[in-house]
Amino acid sequence: MPTIPENLQYTAEHEWVDSGTPVTIGITDVAADALGDIVYVDLPEVGAAVEAGQVFGEVESVKSVSELFSPVTGTVAEVNAAVVDGPELLNADPYGDGWLIRVEVDTVGPVLTAAEYRELTGN
Amino acid sequence: MTDAAPHRTPLTAEHEALGATLTPFGGWLMPLRYAGELAEHRAVRTAAGIFDLSHMGEISVTGPDAAAFLDHALVGAISGIRLMGARYSMIVAEDGGVLDDLIVYHNAQGEYLVVANAANRDTVVSALTERASGFDVSVVDGTDRTALIGVQGPRALEVLEAVPGLSATAELSLGGTLRELRYYACTGMGFAGTAVLVARTGYTGEDGFELFVDAGAAARLWRAVLEAGEPFGLVPAGLSARDSLRLEAGMPLYGHELTRDVTPFDAGLGRVVRFDKVDADGEPLEFVGRAALARVAAELEKAELDEETPSRRILVGLAGEGRRPLRADYEVLAPDGDTTAVVGRVTSGGLSPTLGHPIALAFVEASSGAPGTPLHVDVRGRREPVRVVDLPFYTRPRPPSAARP
Repeated sequence: MPTIPENLQYTAEHEWVDSGTPVTIGITDVAADALGDIVYVDLPEVGAAVEAGQVFGEVESVKSVSELFSPVTGTVAEVNAAVVDGPELLNADPYGDGWLIRVEVDTVGPVLTAAEYRELTGN
Repeated sequence: MTDAAPHRTPLTAEHEALGATLTPFGGWLMPLRYAGELAEHRAVRTAAGIFDLSHMGEISVTGPDAAAFLDHALVGAISGIRLMGARYSMIVAEDGGVLDDLIVYHNAQGEYLVVANAANRDTVVSALTERASGFDVSVVDGTDRTALIGVQGPRALEVLEAVPGLSATAELSLGGTLRELRYYACTGMGFAGTAVLVARTGYTGEDGFELFVDAGAAARLWRAVLEAGEPFGLVPAGLSARDSLRLEAGMPLYGHELTRDVTPFDAGLGRVVRFDKVDADGEPLEFVGRAALARVAAELEKAELDEETPSRRILVGLAGEGRRPLRADYEVLAPDGDTTAVVGRVTSGGLSPTLGHPIALAFVEASSGAPGTPLHVDVRGRREPVRVVDLPFYTRPRPPSAARP
Protein backbone atom coordinates (compact mmCIF):
# COMPACT_ATOMS: atom_id res chain seq x y z
CA MET A 1 0.00 0.00 0.00
CA PRO A 2 1.47 3.42 -0.90
CA THR A 3 2.12 5.83 1.96
CA ILE A 4 -0.06 8.95 2.18
CA PRO A 5 1.06 11.02 5.21
CA GLU A 6 -1.74 12.74 7.13
CA ASN A 7 0.15 15.98 7.72
CA LEU A 8 0.52 16.87 4.01
CA GLN A 9 -1.83 18.28 1.41
CA TYR A 10 -2.14 16.92 -2.12
CA THR A 11 -3.04 17.79 -5.70
CA ALA A 12 -5.08 15.63 -8.03
CA GLU A 13 -1.92 15.40 -10.14
CA HIS A 14 -0.07 13.64 -7.33
CA GLU A 15 2.07 16.38 -5.83
CA TRP A 16 2.27 16.92 -2.07
CA VAL A 17 2.84 20.16 -0.18
CA ASP A 18 3.56 20.72 3.51
CA SER A 19 2.76 23.73 5.68
CA GLY A 20 6.28 25.02 6.33
CA THR A 21 7.71 28.44 5.56
CA PRO A 22 8.72 28.22 2.77
CA VAL A 23 6.56 25.21 1.77
CA THR A 24 8.19 22.04 0.48
CA ILE A 25 6.73 20.30 -2.57
CA GLY A 26 7.27 16.81 -3.94
CA ILE A 27 5.51 13.91 -5.63
CA THR A 28 3.63 11.18 -3.82
CA ASP A 29 4.44 7.53 -3.29
CA VAL A 30 1.45 6.75 -5.55
CA ALA A 31 3.07 8.69 -8.40
CA ALA A 32 6.55 7.28 -7.84
CA ASP A 33 5.18 3.71 -7.81
CA ALA A 34 3.18 4.26 -10.98
CA LEU A 35 6.09 5.87 -12.80
CA GLY A 36 8.60 3.13 -12.07
CA ASP A 37 12.27 3.98 -11.84
CA ILE A 38 12.74 7.74 -12.21
CA VAL A 39 15.76 8.71 -14.29
CA TYR A 40 15.52 12.48 -14.81
CA VAL A 41 14.01 15.47 -13.05
CA ASP A 42 13.66 18.91 -14.63
CA LEU A 43 13.09 21.66 -12.06
CA PRO A 44 12.87 25.47 -12.21
CA GLU A 45 15.63 27.74 -10.97
CA VAL A 46 15.69 29.59 -7.66
CA GLY A 47 13.81 32.83 -8.13
CA ALA A 48 11.46 31.44 -10.78
CA ALA A 49 7.74 32.12 -10.40
CA VAL A 50 5.36 29.21 -10.03
CA GLU A 51 1.59 29.33 -10.31
CA ALA A 52 -1.01 27.09 -8.73
CA GLY A 53 -2.30 24.54 -11.25
CA GLN A 54 0.47 25.29 -13.76
CA VAL A 55 3.38 23.11 -14.86
CA PHE A 56 6.65 23.83 -13.04
CA GLY A 57 8.78 20.97 -14.29
CA GLU A 58 8.96 17.40 -15.52
CA VAL A 59 9.79 14.03 -14.08
CA GLU A 60 10.92 11.26 -16.39
CA SER A 61 10.88 7.55 -15.69
CA VAL A 62 12.26 4.79 -17.89
CA LYS A 63 8.92 4.45 -19.63
CA SER A 64 7.24 7.88 -19.36
CA VAL A 65 7.40 11.64 -19.06
CA SER A 66 5.13 13.41 -16.56
CA GLU A 67 4.57 17.09 -15.95
CA LEU A 68 4.77 18.50 -12.43
CA PHE A 69 1.94 20.83 -11.38
CA SER A 70 2.41 23.40 -8.63
CA PRO A 71 -0.04 23.37 -5.73
CA VAL A 72 0.83 27.00 -4.90
CA THR A 73 1.53 30.40 -6.43
CA GLY A 74 4.80 31.96 -5.34
CA THR A 75 8.58 32.14 -5.87
CA VAL A 76 11.02 29.22 -5.83
CA ALA A 77 13.28 29.58 -2.78
CA GLU A 78 15.25 26.33 -3.03
CA VAL A 79 15.76 23.44 -5.46
CA ASN A 80 16.82 19.96 -4.32
CA ALA A 81 20.19 19.36 -6.02
CA ALA A 82 20.36 15.83 -4.57
CA VAL A 83 17.30 14.77 -6.55
CA VAL A 84 18.63 16.33 -9.75
CA ASP A 85 21.88 14.39 -9.32
CA GLY A 86 20.20 11.20 -8.10
CA PRO A 87 16.63 10.90 -9.45
CA GLU A 88 16.29 7.47 -7.85
CA LEU A 89 15.82 9.37 -4.54
CA LEU A 90 12.29 10.11 -5.69
CA ASN A 91 11.50 6.40 -5.68
CA ALA A 92 13.39 5.73 -2.45
CA ASP A 93 12.10 8.62 -0.31
CA PRO A 94 9.45 10.75 -2.07
CA TYR A 95 8.33 12.52 1.13
CA GLY A 96 11.77 13.04 2.66
CA ASP A 97 15.08 13.30 0.83
CA GLY A 98 13.22 13.18 -2.50
CA TRP A 99 11.58 16.63 -2.06
CA LEU A 100 11.66 18.74 -5.23
CA ILE A 101 11.38 22.49 -4.54
CA ARG A 102 10.69 24.94 -1.70
CA VAL A 103 8.47 27.93 -2.46
CA GLU A 104 7.74 31.30 -0.76
CA VAL A 105 3.96 31.19 -1.03
CA ASP A 106 1.66 34.00 -2.15
CA THR A 107 -1.45 31.84 -2.43
CA VAL A 108 -2.29 28.18 -2.10
CA GLY A 109 -4.28 26.65 -4.95
CA PRO A 110 -6.94 23.94 -4.67
CA VAL A 111 -5.49 21.10 -2.57
CA LEU A 112 -6.82 17.86 -1.12
CA THR A 113 -6.51 16.44 2.37
CA ALA A 114 -4.85 13.08 2.85
CA ALA A 115 -8.28 11.47 3.14
CA GLU A 116 -9.49 13.08 -0.07
CA TYR A 117 -6.30 12.06 -1.91
CA ARG A 118 -6.61 8.54 -0.55
CA GLU A 119 -10.13 8.35 -1.92
CA LEU A 120 -9.15 9.86 -5.26
CA THR A 121 -6.43 7.29 -5.76
CA GLY A 122 -8.44 4.37 -4.43
CA ASN A 123 -6.10 3.62 -1.55
CA MET B 1 -5.60 -7.46 -32.88
CA THR B 2 -9.09 -7.31 -31.38
CA ASP B 3 -9.99 -5.22 -28.39
CA ALA B 4 -10.65 -8.34 -26.30
CA ALA B 5 -9.13 -8.48 -22.83
CA PRO B 6 -5.47 -9.50 -22.94
CA HIS B 7 -4.69 -13.21 -22.44
CA ARG B 8 -3.08 -14.35 -19.23
CA THR B 9 0.07 -16.41 -19.76
CA PRO B 10 0.63 -19.67 -17.89
CA LEU B 11 2.73 -17.56 -15.47
CA THR B 12 0.60 -14.42 -14.93
CA ALA B 13 -0.43 -15.67 -11.49
CA GLU B 14 3.25 -16.02 -10.54
CA HIS B 15 3.87 -12.37 -11.47
CA GLU B 16 0.87 -11.24 -9.47
CA ALA B 17 2.15 -13.16 -6.46
CA LEU B 18 5.53 -11.45 -6.88
CA GLY B 19 3.87 -8.03 -6.90
CA ALA B 20 4.70 -7.22 -10.52
CA THR B 21 3.16 -4.25 -12.30
CA LEU B 22 1.26 -5.88 -15.18
CA THR B 23 0.65 -4.34 -18.60
CA PRO B 24 -1.11 -5.45 -21.76
CA PHE B 25 1.38 -6.19 -24.53
CA GLY B 26 0.69 -7.77 -27.91
CA GLY B 27 -2.60 -9.16 -26.62
CA TRP B 28 -1.16 -10.59 -23.38
CA LEU B 29 -1.11 -9.43 -19.76
CA MET B 30 2.62 -9.26 -19.06
CA PRO B 31 4.89 -8.19 -16.20
CA LEU B 32 6.28 -4.72 -16.93
CA ARG B 33 8.48 -4.62 -13.83
CA TYR B 34 8.80 -6.31 -10.44
CA ALA B 35 11.05 -4.69 -7.82
CA GLY B 36 12.32 -2.02 -10.23
CA GLU B 37 13.38 -2.05 -13.87
CA LEU B 38 16.86 -0.57 -13.34
CA ALA B 39 17.70 -3.17 -10.68
CA GLU B 40 16.35 -5.90 -12.98
CA HIS B 41 18.45 -4.59 -15.88
CA ARG B 42 21.59 -4.52 -13.74
CA ALA B 43 20.89 -8.01 -12.41
CA VAL B 44 20.84 -9.39 -15.96
CA ARG B 45 24.16 -7.69 -16.70
CA THR B 46 25.86 -8.92 -13.52
CA ALA B 47 24.06 -12.11 -12.44
CA ALA B 48 20.87 -13.34 -14.12
CA GLY B 49 17.25 -12.51 -14.82
CA ILE B 50 14.29 -14.80 -15.47
CA PHE B 51 11.72 -13.63 -18.02
CA ASP B 52 8.23 -14.84 -18.92
CA LEU B 53 8.25 -14.83 -22.73
CA SER B 54 5.10 -16.92 -23.16
CA HIS B 55 3.49 -14.16 -25.21
CA MET B 56 5.78 -15.07 -28.12
CA GLY B 57 4.25 -17.16 -30.91
CA GLU B 58 5.44 -20.74 -31.39
CA ILE B 59 4.58 -22.15 -34.81
CA SER B 60 5.50 -25.73 -35.71
CA VAL B 61 6.32 -26.50 -39.30
CA THR B 62 6.54 -30.22 -40.02
CA GLY B 63 6.60 -32.49 -43.05
CA PRO B 64 8.83 -33.74 -45.86
CA ASP B 65 8.89 -30.28 -47.51
CA ALA B 66 9.42 -28.30 -44.29
CA ALA B 67 12.89 -27.00 -45.17
CA ALA B 68 12.08 -26.17 -48.79
CA PHE B 69 8.86 -24.47 -47.69
CA LEU B 70 10.63 -22.25 -45.16
CA ASP B 71 13.30 -21.39 -47.75
CA HIS B 72 10.43 -20.13 -49.91
CA ALA B 73 8.39 -18.43 -47.20
CA LEU B 74 11.22 -16.66 -45.33
CA VAL B 75 14.20 -14.64 -46.54
CA GLY B 76 16.85 -16.87 -44.95
CA ALA B 77 18.47 -20.17 -45.96
CA ILE B 78 16.45 -22.26 -43.50
CA SER B 79 17.41 -25.55 -45.16
CA GLY B 80 20.98 -24.73 -44.15
CA ILE B 81 20.23 -24.82 -40.43
CA ARG B 82 21.78 -27.99 -39.01
CA LEU B 83 19.70 -30.28 -36.82
CA MET B 84 19.39 -28.72 -33.34
CA GLY B 85 20.58 -25.38 -34.69
CA ALA B 86 18.75 -22.05 -34.87
CA ARG B 87 18.84 -18.95 -37.01
CA TYR B 88 17.55 -15.39 -36.86
CA SER B 89 15.46 -14.60 -39.95
CA MET B 90 12.61 -12.49 -41.27
CA ILE B 91 9.36 -12.95 -43.15
CA VAL B 92 8.63 -10.20 -45.68
CA ALA B 93 5.73 -9.26 -47.95
CA GLU B 94 6.02 -9.37 -51.76
CA ASP B 95 7.19 -5.75 -51.72
CA GLY B 96 10.03 -6.61 -49.33
CA GLY B 97 8.45 -4.93 -46.30
CA VAL B 98 9.08 -6.81 -43.05
CA LEU B 99 6.12 -8.69 -41.58
CA ASP B 100 8.09 -10.00 -38.59
CA ASP B 101 11.54 -10.95 -37.41
CA LEU B 102 11.82 -14.50 -36.14
CA ILE B 103 14.04 -17.18 -34.78
CA VAL B 104 13.74 -20.56 -36.48
CA TYR B 105 14.84 -23.63 -34.52
CA HIS B 106 15.48 -26.93 -36.33
CA ASN B 107 14.30 -28.84 -33.31
CA ALA B 108 13.80 -32.32 -34.79
CA GLN B 109 14.26 -34.20 -38.04
CA GLY B 110 11.73 -32.80 -40.52
CA GLU B 111 10.54 -30.22 -38.02
CA TYR B 112 11.11 -26.51 -37.38
CA LEU B 113 9.89 -24.22 -34.62
CA VAL B 114 9.25 -20.67 -35.82
CA VAL B 115 9.11 -18.14 -32.98
CA ALA B 116 7.28 -14.93 -33.83
CA ASN B 117 6.58 -11.70 -31.97
CA ALA B 118 3.32 -11.74 -30.02
CA ALA B 119 1.74 -8.87 -31.92
CA ASN B 120 2.54 -10.49 -35.28
CA ARG B 121 1.59 -14.05 -34.46
CA ASP B 122 -1.66 -14.08 -36.42
CA THR B 123 -0.04 -12.36 -39.41
CA VAL B 124 2.81 -14.85 -39.48
CA VAL B 125 0.52 -17.89 -39.11
CA SER B 126 -1.68 -16.60 -41.95
CA ALA B 127 1.26 -15.86 -44.23
CA LEU B 128 2.91 -19.23 -43.58
CA THR B 129 -0.38 -21.07 -44.11
CA GLU B 130 -0.98 -19.25 -47.38
CA ARG B 131 2.57 -19.80 -48.61
CA ALA B 132 2.39 -23.52 -47.76
CA SER B 133 0.18 -24.23 -50.74
CA GLY B 134 1.98 -26.71 -52.98
CA PHE B 135 4.28 -27.95 -50.22
CA ASP B 136 3.85 -31.20 -48.27
CA VAL B 137 3.98 -29.48 -44.92
CA SER B 138 1.79 -28.69 -41.94
CA VAL B 139 1.80 -25.34 -40.13
CA VAL B 140 0.46 -25.47 -36.58
CA ASP B 141 0.18 -22.59 -34.10
CA GLY B 142 1.18 -24.07 -30.73
CA THR B 143 1.36 -20.76 -28.87
CA ASP B 144 -1.53 -21.26 -26.48
CA ARG B 145 -0.17 -24.53 -25.10
CA THR B 146 3.49 -23.46 -24.98
CA ALA B 147 5.24 -21.43 -22.31
CA LEU B 148 8.61 -19.77 -22.87
CA ILE B 149 10.96 -18.85 -20.02
CA GLY B 150 14.14 -16.85 -20.61
CA VAL B 151 17.10 -17.04 -18.25
CA GLN B 152 19.69 -14.45 -19.24
CA GLY B 153 22.92 -13.19 -17.69
CA PRO B 154 26.52 -14.21 -16.98
CA ARG B 155 25.32 -16.63 -14.29
CA ALA B 156 22.42 -18.07 -16.31
CA LEU B 157 24.26 -21.33 -16.96
CA GLU B 158 25.09 -21.81 -13.27
CA VAL B 159 21.45 -21.12 -12.41
CA LEU B 160 20.12 -23.77 -14.79
CA GLU B 161 22.77 -26.29 -13.76
CA ALA B 162 21.48 -25.88 -10.20
CA VAL B 163 17.83 -26.61 -11.02
CA PRO B 164 17.02 -30.01 -9.54
CA GLY B 165 15.34 -32.26 -12.04
CA LEU B 166 16.38 -30.39 -15.19
CA SER B 167 18.28 -33.11 -17.01
CA ALA B 168 19.51 -33.88 -20.49
CA THR B 169 17.49 -36.61 -22.23
CA ALA B 170 19.62 -38.70 -24.52
CA GLU B 171 16.94 -39.46 -27.08
CA LEU B 172 16.16 -35.79 -27.78
CA SER B 173 19.53 -34.13 -27.66
CA LEU B 174 22.65 -34.80 -29.69
CA GLY B 175 24.55 -35.43 -26.49
CA GLY B 176 26.67 -33.11 -24.43
CA THR B 177 25.76 -31.00 -21.45
CA LEU B 178 24.09 -27.63 -21.12
CA ARG B 179 27.52 -26.10 -20.58
CA GLU B 180 28.57 -27.33 -24.02
CA LEU B 181 25.45 -26.06 -25.80
CA ARG B 182 26.63 -23.66 -28.46
CA TYR B 183 25.18 -20.23 -29.10
CA TYR B 184 22.14 -20.53 -31.41
CA ALA B 185 21.88 -24.28 -30.79
CA CYS B 186 19.12 -26.14 -28.97
CA THR B 187 18.75 -29.40 -27.10
CA GLY B 188 16.02 -31.46 -25.50
CA MET B 189 15.92 -31.81 -21.75
CA GLY B 190 13.45 -33.23 -19.25
CA PHE B 191 11.85 -31.61 -16.21
CA ALA B 192 9.32 -33.26 -13.92
CA GLY B 193 8.44 -35.75 -16.62
CA THR B 194 7.92 -33.04 -19.26
CA ALA B 195 10.04 -32.30 -22.30
CA VAL B 196 11.80 -28.93 -22.37
CA LEU B 197 13.44 -27.52 -25.49
CA VAL B 198 16.41 -25.46 -24.31
CA ALA B 199 18.03 -23.00 -26.70
CA ARG B 200 21.09 -20.85 -26.19
CA THR B 201 19.42 -17.77 -27.62
CA GLY B 202 18.32 -14.47 -26.15
CA TYR B 203 17.55 -10.81 -26.57
CA THR B 204 19.77 -9.15 -23.99
CA GLY B 205 23.35 -9.27 -25.26
CA GLU B 206 24.28 -11.61 -22.39
CA ASP B 207 24.78 -15.38 -22.34
CA GLY B 208 21.47 -17.05 -21.74
CA PHE B 209 18.89 -19.68 -22.49
CA GLU B 210 15.30 -19.86 -23.62
CA LEU B 211 13.22 -22.79 -22.36
CA PHE B 212 10.15 -23.94 -24.29
CA VAL B 213 7.83 -26.08 -22.18
CA ASP B 214 4.24 -27.21 -22.16
CA ALA B 215 2.00 -24.59 -20.52
CA GLY B 216 0.93 -27.04 -17.83
CA ALA B 217 4.49 -27.41 -16.50
CA ALA B 218 5.44 -23.74 -16.75
CA ALA B 219 4.70 -22.58 -13.19
CA ARG B 220 6.57 -25.49 -11.67
CA LEU B 221 9.63 -24.86 -13.86
CA TRP B 222 9.48 -21.08 -13.19
CA ARG B 223 9.45 -21.61 -9.44
CA ALA B 224 12.20 -24.23 -9.61
CA VAL B 225 14.48 -21.88 -11.54
CA LEU B 226 13.67 -18.92 -9.26
CA GLU B 227 14.51 -20.95 -6.18
CA ALA B 228 17.67 -22.52 -7.60
CA GLY B 229 18.80 -19.14 -8.93
CA GLU B 230 18.42 -17.14 -5.75
CA PRO B 231 21.95 -17.80 -4.40
CA PHE B 232 23.34 -16.65 -7.77
CA GLY B 233 21.45 -13.36 -7.67
CA LEU B 234 18.72 -14.37 -10.14
CA VAL B 235 15.73 -12.00 -10.12
CA PRO B 236 12.50 -11.94 -12.12
CA ALA B 237 12.77 -9.30 -14.88
CA GLY B 238 9.95 -7.66 -16.83
CA LEU B 239 9.33 -6.11 -20.23
CA SER B 240 10.81 -2.75 -19.28
CA ALA B 241 14.18 -4.33 -18.48
CA ARG B 242 13.87 -6.53 -21.58
CA ASP B 243 13.55 -3.39 -23.69
CA SER B 244 16.46 -1.49 -22.13
CA LEU B 245 18.68 -4.58 -22.37
CA ARG B 246 18.01 -5.23 -26.06
CA LEU B 247 18.48 -1.54 -26.83
CA GLU B 248 21.94 -1.52 -25.25
CA ALA B 249 22.71 -4.63 -27.32
CA GLY B 250 21.62 -2.79 -30.48
CA MET B 251 18.85 -5.28 -31.26
CA PRO B 252 15.81 -4.24 -33.29
CA LEU B 253 12.25 -4.38 -31.95
CA TYR B 254 9.41 -4.95 -34.40
CA GLY B 255 7.12 -1.96 -34.44
CA HIS B 256 10.08 0.35 -33.89
CA GLU B 257 13.14 -0.44 -36.07
CA LEU B 258 11.31 -3.04 -38.14
CA THR B 259 7.92 -2.26 -39.64
CA ARG B 260 5.85 -3.13 -42.67
CA ASP B 261 7.39 -0.09 -44.43
CA VAL B 262 11.00 -1.12 -43.90
CA THR B 263 13.08 -3.75 -45.72
CA PRO B 264 15.77 -5.78 -43.95
CA PHE B 265 18.35 -3.65 -45.78
CA ASP B 266 16.95 -0.40 -44.36
CA ALA B 267 17.47 -1.75 -40.87
CA GLY B 268 21.05 -2.76 -41.62
CA LEU B 269 20.08 -6.44 -41.57
CA GLY B 270 20.57 -7.31 -45.24
CA ARG B 271 22.68 -10.24 -44.07
CA VAL B 272 19.50 -12.20 -43.27
CA VAL B 273 18.45 -12.13 -46.93
CA ARG B 274 20.03 -15.04 -48.75
CA PHE B 275 19.93 -14.47 -52.51
CA ASP B 276 22.26 -17.47 -52.86
CA LYS B 277 19.53 -19.93 -51.82
CA VAL B 278 18.92 -22.58 -54.47
CA ASP B 279 16.08 -25.03 -55.01
CA ALA B 280 16.28 -28.80 -55.48
CA ASP B 281 17.42 -28.31 -59.08
CA GLY B 282 20.18 -25.94 -58.08
CA GLU B 283 18.30 -22.95 -59.52
CA PRO B 284 18.04 -19.61 -57.67
CA LEU B 285 15.15 -20.04 -55.27
CA GLU B 286 12.08 -17.85 -55.71
CA PHE B 287 11.40 -16.83 -52.12
CA VAL B 288 8.63 -14.36 -51.26
CA GLY B 289 9.90 -10.81 -51.63
CA ARG B 290 12.98 -11.79 -53.64
CA ALA B 291 12.41 -9.49 -56.61
CA ALA B 292 11.70 -6.41 -54.49
CA LEU B 293 14.66 -7.06 -52.20
CA ALA B 294 16.96 -7.72 -55.16
CA ARG B 295 16.07 -4.26 -56.49
CA VAL B 296 16.90 -2.66 -53.12
CA ALA B 297 20.19 -4.54 -52.92
CA ALA B 298 21.09 -3.51 -56.47
CA GLU B 299 20.30 0.15 -55.71
CA LEU B 300 22.54 0.08 -52.65
CA GLU B 301 25.33 -1.64 -54.56
CA LYS B 302 25.14 0.89 -57.40
CA ALA B 303 25.24 3.82 -54.99
CA GLU B 304 28.30 2.34 -53.30
CA LEU B 305 30.08 1.76 -56.64
CA ASP B 306 29.27 5.28 -57.81
CA GLU B 307 30.46 6.57 -54.43
CA GLU B 308 27.15 8.33 -54.06
CA THR B 309 25.43 8.55 -50.71
CA PRO B 310 22.23 6.55 -50.99
CA SER B 311 19.20 8.76 -50.55
CA ARG B 312 17.39 6.32 -48.31
CA ARG B 313 17.49 6.52 -44.53
CA ILE B 314 19.66 4.08 -42.61
CA LEU B 315 19.42 2.77 -39.07
CA VAL B 316 22.13 4.16 -36.79
CA GLY B 317 22.99 4.35 -33.12
CA LEU B 318 22.98 7.72 -31.35
CA ALA B 319 24.69 8.51 -28.06
CA GLY B 320 23.79 11.60 -26.04
CA GLU B 321 25.86 13.69 -23.66
CA GLY B 322 23.36 14.62 -20.98
CA ARG B 323 21.09 12.44 -18.89
CA ARG B 324 17.73 13.17 -20.44
CA PRO B 325 16.34 10.08 -22.22
CA LEU B 326 15.91 10.12 -25.97
CA ARG B 327 12.59 8.51 -26.95
CA ALA B 328 10.82 6.98 -29.94
CA ASP B 329 9.38 9.44 -32.50
CA TYR B 330 11.64 12.33 -31.49
CA GLU B 331 13.03 14.07 -34.56
CA VAL B 332 16.73 14.08 -35.39
CA LEU B 333 17.97 17.48 -36.59
CA ALA B 334 21.04 18.81 -38.35
CA PRO B 335 23.08 20.53 -35.63
CA ASP B 336 23.33 23.97 -37.20
CA GLY B 337 20.02 24.34 -38.95
CA ASP B 338 16.65 25.55 -37.78
CA THR B 339 14.02 23.10 -36.64
CA THR B 340 12.99 22.38 -40.24
CA ALA B 341 16.35 20.67 -40.87
CA VAL B 342 14.97 17.24 -39.93
CA VAL B 343 17.36 14.48 -40.96
CA GLY B 344 15.81 11.55 -39.16
CA ARG B 345 13.60 10.07 -36.44
CA VAL B 346 14.32 8.10 -33.28
CA THR B 347 12.78 4.61 -33.26
CA SER B 348 13.81 3.52 -29.75
CA GLY B 349 15.63 5.30 -26.97
CA GLY B 350 16.38 5.58 -23.29
CA LEU B 351 18.98 6.37 -20.69
CA SER B 352 21.39 3.41 -20.77
CA PRO B 353 21.60 1.93 -17.26
CA THR B 354 24.95 0.28 -18.04
CA LEU B 355 26.61 3.19 -19.86
CA GLY B 356 25.00 6.08 -17.93
CA HIS B 357 24.16 8.22 -20.96
CA PRO B 358 21.24 8.46 -23.40
CA ILE B 359 21.24 6.01 -26.31
CA ALA B 360 18.89 5.62 -29.23
CA LEU B 361 18.31 3.85 -32.50
CA ALA B 362 17.20 6.15 -35.29
CA PHE B 363 16.63 6.22 -39.02
CA VAL B 364 18.70 9.09 -40.43
CA GLU B 365 19.61 10.19 -43.93
CA ALA B 366 22.70 8.28 -45.01
CA SER B 367 24.56 11.58 -45.53
CA SER B 368 24.16 12.23 -41.79
CA GLY B 369 24.79 8.65 -40.71
CA ALA B 370 28.57 8.24 -40.56
CA PRO B 371 29.89 7.32 -37.10
CA GLY B 372 31.05 10.44 -35.30
CA THR B 373 28.57 12.77 -37.01
CA PRO B 374 27.24 15.33 -34.51
CA LEU B 375 23.45 15.76 -34.60
CA HIS B 376 20.67 17.07 -32.39
CA VAL B 377 17.56 15.34 -31.14
CA ASP B 378 14.44 17.41 -30.49
CA VAL B 379 13.47 16.42 -26.95
CA ARG B 380 10.10 18.09 -26.49
CA GLY B 381 11.34 21.42 -27.84
CA ARG B 382 14.91 21.25 -26.55
CA ARG B 383 17.88 20.34 -28.78
CA GLU B 384 19.94 17.60 -27.13
CA PRO B 385 23.38 17.04 -28.70
CA VAL B 386 24.13 13.47 -29.84
CA ARG B 387 26.72 11.70 -31.93
CA VAL B 388 26.30 8.79 -34.37
CA VAL B 389 27.99 5.72 -32.90
CA ASP B 390 28.67 2.15 -34.02
CA LEU B 391 26.37 -0.58 -32.81
CA PRO B 392 26.03 -2.30 -30.46
CA PHE B 393 26.24 0.22 -27.63
CA TYR B 394 27.19 -2.55 -25.22
CA THR B 395 29.11 -5.78 -25.75
CA ARG B 396 29.39 -8.24 -22.92
CA PRO B 397 32.86 -8.93 -21.57
CA ARG B 398 34.26 -12.22 -22.82
CA PRO B 399 36.98 -14.16 -21.06
CA PRO B 400 40.13 -14.41 -23.15
CA SER B 401 40.20 -17.80 -24.89
CA ALA B 402 42.80 -20.23 -23.59
CA ALA B 403 46.02 -20.09 -25.57
CA ARG B 404 46.69 -23.15 -27.71
CA PRO B 405 49.96 -24.94 -26.99
